[in-house]
Amino acid sequence: MYKYDTYDQEMVDTRVAEFRDQVERRLAGKLTEEQFRPLRLKNGLYQQLHAYMLRVAIPYGTLSSKQMRMLAEIARKYDRDYGHFTTRQNIQYNWIKLEDMPDLLADLASVEMHAIQTSGNCIRNISSDQFAGAAADEVADPRPYAELLRQWSSFHPEFSHLPRKFKIAVIASDEDRAAMRLHDIGIQIVKNDAGEIGARYYAGGGMGRTPMIAPLIRDFVPAEELVSYAEAIMRVYNRYGRRDNKYKARIKILVHEMGAEQFIEEVDAEFEHLQGQNIDAPAAELERIIGYFEDPAYETGLSDEIDRSDPDFAVWLDQNVHAHKQPGYAIATISLKPVGGIPGDASSAQMDVMADLMEQYSFDECRVTHAQNIVLPHIRKQDLYAVWQKLVDADLASPNLDLISDIIACPGLDYCSLANARSIPVAQKIAKRFADIDRQKELGELKLKISGCINACGHHHAGHIGILGVDRKGVENYQLLLGGSGAEDVSLAKITGPGFDEDGIVDAVEKVTDVYVAEREDGERFVDTYRRLGMEPFKEALYG
Amino acid sequence: MADVLSFRDDEPLEEPAVTLDAFLDQSNATAVRLEDGEDARQLLPYLDRLALIEIGFSTFGDGRGYSAARILREHGYTGELRAQGDVLVDQLDFLRRCGFDSFAPETPLDPADTEIALTRWKHVYQEAADDRHPIWSKRHG
Repeated sequence: MYKYDTYDQEMVDTRVAEFRDQVERRLAGKLTEEQFRPLRLKNGLYQQLHAYMLRVAIPYGTLSSKQMRMLAEIARKYDRDYGHFTTRQNIQYNWIKLEDMPDLLADLASVEMHAIQTSGNCIRNISSDQFAGAAADEVADPRPYAELLRQWSSFHPEFSHLPRKFKIAVIASDEDRAAMRLHDIGIQIVKNDAGEIGARYYAGGGMGRTPMIAPLIRDFVPAEELVSYAEAIMRVYNRYGRRDNKYKARIKILVHEMGAEQFIEEVDAEFEHLQGQNIDAPAAELERIIGYFEDPAYETGLSDEIDRSDPDFAVWLDQNVHAHKQPGYAIATISLKPVGGIPGDASSAQMDVMADLMEQYSFDECRVTHAQNIVLPHIRKQDLYAVWQKLVDADLASPNLDLISDIIACPGLDYCSLANARSIPVAQKIAKRFADIDRQKELGELKLKISGCINACGHHHAGHIGILGVDRKGVENYQLLLGGSGAEDVSLAKITGPGFDEDGIVDAVEKVTDVYVAEREDGERFVDTYRRLGMEPFKEALYG
Repeated sequence: MADVLSFRDDEPLEEPAVTLDAFLDQSNATAVRLEDGEDARQLLPYLDRLALIEIGFSTFGDGRGYSAARILREHGYTGELRAQGDVLVDQLDFLRRCGFDSFAPETPLDPADTEIALTRWKHVYQEAADDRHPIWSKRHG
């Protein structure tokens, strides 16, 4: 994985010193809260319902064991012994004190980590495919391109006061594991007919209150112009994005109102102009970064045999383990969705266990997924059973990846000052209703996503089943949506009709899965049956 | 003009800046002021005869002035480029990087804080409109 050189280290160290100074000026009254707010946000610090919430960046979701141990240590030292892995592959802490922040950032900087631009109206941490470097279907590891963009976007002088937040995802395979087209910019690294690597650019996607799927903006941008093309998009957005209404300020609204064609013209003109401005690093810089993402020293001649004699292990193996490009290896996903737990939460002790496993079995690396799970990317197949046993001991072995209880949920009204309704208790009740793993497996791949308000942090638009919590005359009410997807078959979910109360929504989810079981044809997932039949039979079961 | 913080060798221009509309209306003015969001590209044909372009920041969070400044510099403007309005110490370095070389903040800046803000960052990650070069250029000579 990427390692800081002295320049990178000096940048994060400088940031710590800068924020220490800003906190002092705030506490001394030299900065108003209004002036301080964007400064703390650009260091990931939000004012939440009960306390400050800190979001720490995990670039493209990749962590070393040393970094994971530091995340555990921070939870112990500054928070309440747990952290929350997020849909943007970051981690959040919910109980941070402002005066602790400078020391906390210094601790992070000691392991090449930071909270830079994890909030605020700027380019946020760049997300990627959690199987990067391990998946057989990628044309290249997407992370070097994400790292190039990370450096370019860090402290960008022109783009630090954008109309609104800005999220970029980079993938490099046709299978989309990162909800790429639901980002402000989505990039797919591709190979053209001449065998050259470049970027396919999408722009103007997003969830929130006006969900949009990003249209294709340019089919192929050569790798050496990757950054200047991004710069061109950012400049068009910074100049023309709406600033009169924060709910219409994302780039998706600009692309929609301007029209993709006109938007592309503006970007192309800017791109052409920027070619003379020395924006792009030389090829040697990309090569330097790629060097950090070379394959680890895989053993060869390993067996692909796995002993399935333990039935509980076999269930986990079938559900949570994916094929690896290297013979003898596999990709294992640790579910952070135990029945009755809080989706994405991990205790300090669990983080330490994961760090041990990374160090011992996975070339010292893990990935955070946008579905709030953790991936051990390079496990020898012969070690899977030992890994699984250790996960069982740490309550990390839920065999429910991509099943109905592998729920994405936002923090909701339990933590968030924007929320209208609680998300976590609904996720817990649904997971309990479907607790029987055989029943879950029978339902197959079913992506259920819950947001506690219209801002859609829980990705409800992209759920095969989505749930949106709203406030109806002071009472929490839950709307049901069907048919969304954040994968390569990207689509936006549609609302079924009137909402339900907390118990009613759990019943409603069960009813639509009953329709699926009754109506499905061979090999169909829930979302396939929905797409074939349309909304009617589901509506009939819910409201008929 | 004691209230202008200048990083230029020449004296700040005393001539009052005219509005973009007035300027485009065949004015001979050598100083023009852009409000948030006014299109800097409209000035490109006249850069040679302009000595001062002032860009107003009604609020420090409105980032359009940063793009306006870079566009003007990228097209060869060498005159004074002034940021006026809600200009705060924590945005100064970004403003300098985008090509501003004078500042007329509504509220005076603390000189010590200003000095720190402008000297804190030894390195930068990207090319902009100042004479600093990205870290990648240092890595690769």
